[in-house]
This record gives sequence, C-alpha cells and structure tokens, in this order.
Amino acid sequence: MAQVDGEAREAVRDSFPIALGYFTVALAFGLYAIGAGVPAAAAGLVSLTNLSSSGQFAGITIFADGGTWLQVALGVALVNLRYVLMGVSLGQRLDPVTPTWQRLVMAAGITDEIYALGMARPRVTFANYAASMVLPIAGWTGGTLVGAAVGEVLPDALRSAFGVLLYAMFVAIVVPAARASGKVLAVVLAAAALSAALSFLPALAVGWRIIIVTVVVCAVAATVLPVPSEEGS
Amino acid sequence: MTDLVLLVLVMAGATYLLRALPLVALRERIENPWLLSFLHYVPFAVLTAMTVPAILTATNAVVSGTVALLVAILVALRGRSLMTVALAAAAAVLVTEAVLALL
Repeated sequence: MAQVDGEAREAVRDSFPIALGYFTVALAFGLYAIGAGVPAAAAGLVSLTNLSSSGQFAGITIFADGGTWLQVALGVALVNLRYVLMGVSLGQRLDPVTPTWQRLVMAAGITDEIYALGMARPRVTFANYAASMVLPIAGWTGGTLVGAAVGEVLPDALRSAFGVLLYAMFVAIVVPAARASGKVLAVVLAAAALSAALSFLPALAVGWRIIIVTVVVCAVAATVLPVPSEEGS
Repeated sequence: MTDLVLLVLVMAGATYLLRALPLVALRERIENPWLLSFLHYVPFAVLTAMTVPAILTATNAVVSGTVALLVAILVALRGRSLMTVALAAAAAVLVTEAVLALL
C-alpha cells in the first residue's frame, strides 16, 4: 500500500506540467467556444467530459455551423480516433485482472499527454494512472471557464487575434511532423488542398468536409504511402 | 438550452466510447498495416482540414488571417513550442489589423 501511495504521489507531481499546459490551451478553447456562441458553463462541461482539444474544437465548430448531431458525433469520433489505439496499448500494459470499473475510470483520462506519461512509467496501474489524471482534468476545465469568462468581455481587436490561437496550435503540431516526414508532409498538403477546394461547395457542411477530407486523404495515404509499424506506433 | 445539453452529451458520449471500448473489450494488438497507417495519418489530416481554410476567416480580415497562418508556419518550422507559435500568430493579427486600420 505504501508503494502504491508513493507511486500515486509521484504521478500527481509528474502531471503538473501537463495540467499547466492544458490550462493555457484551454483558455484558447474557452475563448473559441464563446466566439462560437457556446456559453461558459456548457464549454466547461464539454471540457470536463471530453478532455480533448482538437475533438472539442471540431464538435463546437460543427455545432456552431448548424451541423446535425450525427455530424457532431462523427466529427468528434474521427478526430479522436487515435484514442482507440492508445486504449488498446494501455490495456495491454495493465494487469489482466484489473476490474472493469477501474478501466472505465482510466478511459476518461486517455489523452496524448496523460497516456504518454503513463506509458513512460515502469508499470501502469489504476492507482498511478488515475492519480495522473486529476490535475490535468482540473487544469483543462478551469482554463476553459477562465477563457470563456475573459472572452465575454474581450475587446474586438483582441478577440480577432485570439481567434487564431487554436489554429496556430494545430499548425504547431502539424508542421514539425511534416518537416520530419515526407509522407506526413504529403498528407498535410493533400488535406489542405482538398479542404480548400471543397470549401467552395457552399452546400457542403463544415463537419462533413472535415470528415470527407480526413477519410479520403488517410485512406489514399495508407494505400500508397504505408507506414512501417515502428514508425506508426 | 436543450441543444447545449445535447451538445455536451453527444460529444462526451462519442469521445468516451472510443476511449473505453478498447480498454475494456479489446486486449489484442492491432496488426493490420493499412489500418495502422490510416490511424497514423488521421491527426495530421484532420488538424489540417480544420485549419485550412478556416484560419483565413477566423479574424476580422482575410489578410490578417493569412498573415497569422504564415507566421504560425514559420515559427513552428523553427521548432518553437505550441504556446509560442499561438502567441506569435495572435500578435501577427494584432499588428496586421493595426496596420490595415492606418491604410
């Protein structure tokens, strides 16, 4: 038990930088939600229950565009599809007798960063994984509420400038990967071109456009530019 | 109001199912190389599709949105952190729109 407590304390400490990063990114999400017409309380609930920046962004974007619930669900699911892979690999590191309720709790904390932190530990247990979820969830939800509150009183010039924050973060995720891999660069250029081209079809909702671009580009890329398994993991 | 409750429920449900199902139900490793490649490319394609062309119209003027995209790419190419890239892009919008107001 003492060892479990020590591991949990260490997990909480290690998760602090993640929580801080989440807080700052969530500020941008809160601002974006207010701009899209979603009030602070709803934005906070979305953050608390989703804990995923690009997925939440996609869902709010499709909702604000007047998309159907099917589009919202599909768009969110597609953006978050990578969590399926993480869930699979996380499950394999767990003691097989780990009860289902503990797996259900851990599932809520599968994000790129918390998952990476958990997989970096010598062993993955319910106690240390759950402990590493607490601060990031608090940071993510708190940042959203603060961002939304600030967004409601922000002058127009600043609101315009903050409108690009999340997009710029996406650029910051995509560009280094595209620089390191010609295959990823090809995917990015193809997705940008197809997305821009399809945006000229006024009847095509934003949600469907994102889904179509992702499925088409990734399916073609997986066929003509397969990734060796060690690179794809 | 109903719409906002539904929004929270639909988004939470879609995200949570993806996370929980494999963790609870699936204990084997995915080995299909096509599926692995597809999943590898998904984040890059989806982030790009969300950013282009939307960033161009996210600000008060297409010019400042375009400048923001270019600045973000340049700063990201220099290997800066997410926050630095985001703030540089936002600053570019402020400067561009201030200049536009003078013209």
